[in-house]
Amino acid sequence: MPDDDSNPPEVNMTNVSDRQQINVAVPTVGRGGAGAGPPAPSAPQVVLELSNVSVFYGNYEAVRGTTMTIGKNQITALIGPSGCGKSTVLRSLNRMNDLIPGARVAGRVAFHGTDLYAPEVDPIQVRRRIGMVFQKPNPFPKSIYDNVAYGLRINNIKGNMDDMVEQALRGAALWDEVKDKLKQSGLALSGGQQQRLCIARTIAVKPEVILMDEPCSALDPIATSKIEDLMYELAFDYTIAIVTHNMQQAARVSNKTAFFTAEVDENGVRHGRLVEYDDTPRIFTNPREKRTEDYITGRFG
Amino acid sequence: MTTVTRDARAVPADLRAGSISTRRRITDYIAKSLMVLALLIALVPLGLVTAYVISKGAHMISWNFLTGRIPRQQTTAGGGIGPAIIGTLITTAAASALAIPLGVLGAIYLNEYGKQGPLARTIRTMTDVMTGVPSIVMGLFIYLTVVTLTEKRTAFAGALALACLMLPVVIRTTEEMLRLVPDELRQASLALGARKWRTTLTVVIPAAISGIMSGALLAIARAAGETAPIVLVVGITYRPNWSLFNGGNTALPALIYNNASSPYEPAVNLAWGAALTLVAIVLIATLIGRFIASRYAIKER
Repeated sequence: MPDDDSNPPEVNMTNVSDRQQINVAVPTVGRGGAGAGPPAPSAPQVVLELSNVSVFYGNYEAVRGTTMTIGKNQITALIGPSGCGKSTVLRSLNRMNDLIPGARVAGRVAFHGTDLYAPEVDPIQVRRRIGMVFQKPNPFPKSIYDNVAYGLRINNIKGNMDDMVEQALRGAALWDEVKDKLKQSGLALSGGQQQRLCIARTIAVKPEVILMDEPCSALDPIATSKIEDLMYELAFDYTIAIVTHNMQQAARVSNKTAFFTAEVDENGVRHGRLVEYDDTPRIFTNPREKRTEDYITGRFG
Repeated sequence: MTTVTRDARAVPADLRAGSISTRRRITDYIAKSLMVLALLIALVPLGLVTAYVISKGAHMISWNFLTGRIPRQQTTAGGGIGPAIIGTLITTAAASALAIPLGVLGAIYLNEYGKQGPLARTIRTMTDVMTGVPSIVMGLFIYLTVVTLTEKRTAFAGALALACLMLPVVIRTTEEMLRLVPDELRQASLALGARKWRTTLTVVIPAAISGIMSGALLAIARAAGETAPIVLVVGITYRPNWSLFNGGNTALPALIYNNASSPYEPAVNLAWGAALTLVAIVLIATLIGRFIASRYAIKER
């Protein structure tokens, strides 16, 4: 793939095809990663496998026929325009959609081969292993310490609570900023700190997978970059799936990218569809689908 | 790059207060004055009632007055209101013990479980109707069911009547407070693998506790001042009675009602003293409640 010579080296501009040149900057991650995202095994173990997953809200099919796999210790990004169902798909991975009245999932979501929607599966157990970080930082109105300890307490995790809280806060790169004010309210922190507190709260219970639903959309660029650095670190221990509106973010942090869009079917009803799912560099430099390319280049969405 | 230059021809903006048109300033002044006036008018009855009760009742207050027996003859000077204070305290306390837990649990059901289901909607409508039921009707209900069946007037019957009056107030205020708790907090808790009861108990209720407490205090204040059901189902006694279930009792509002219309000055004085005592009891209860709520309430900052 020849780089376009007219552009500086931090930008990975590649000729997609003779149709169109992609204008999106795909900076390489600074810490020695040659491409986007943290280094991951070439053929990662499959953690989550979606086969023909459709999500319904009542009779409305919000997302139709999604098939993809999420690999261990990888960061998988879900991108696409508003209303394309990427958050819906993400929330179907730890059964958060159960909380919406009328929501229903068809198809199969397998976690290490176990169908998450099998009748004997307890959604609480699912969420215990597949944690979630939300769009808006939502710390509990409790102290910083209690925010992190909450998950440990409700899950009856035994051990030295202080150590576990410290570990989680260190893991979320927040410890140095809050170690002297653990008794203060979590709500007194800045937005970016609150979001890292929410990440600390999530990793305290040591889930296997962390789902992030637009975790940086309420944050400023500096806080965003901290969270992105953190994601990179977390991917060594956790599997991460992230929904983002920010294409550059997907390009910067993820190993694999799934592009969703909204399609209108023969009856004039809009459904979210997975258009293309591939390695992130490929999606951003040489997508197979015209629609992906149009979105990446900013022609729509 | 263009440099920003100041346009020499531009008229400098007049930012002085005087530059606002006279009409707008007058409108602003009138609006502000009207609001202050409305506040002052609203304070007049409050101030008058308080001042009048204090001026008429303050000279009566003494230890003997607060603990002494109620004189049997309305012409007898001296004596006190001890039995009525005891009666008010035990009936209100018993009514609170009945109504507050039940009301809070009911509100939790309505907001967290029943939501907009048919049962919850029915209960909500019934509660609204109950809020408007006059206290004498509630008293009559208890009189016909409890007093006529057991054939005696007791403090407990009064507590039942007051609890019936408190219940809808507690349910509605608690439900409103629970509704104010953001859904993100519930989701955050559930995403950590907490069960619903746990989420409700450890996240939702602490977040709403100060509002719930205010609602409960409002209900207590209302119950402590109720006259009609007390006269009907508790009656009047002259001797102190600490028992909920044995023997007749009385309460401050009933005593005030009984004595205020008396032609004899000692009886009227007793009523004024009792009125001041009642106001003081409600005030103290409110202060205690606020103190407890502030201890439990989560500090925002």
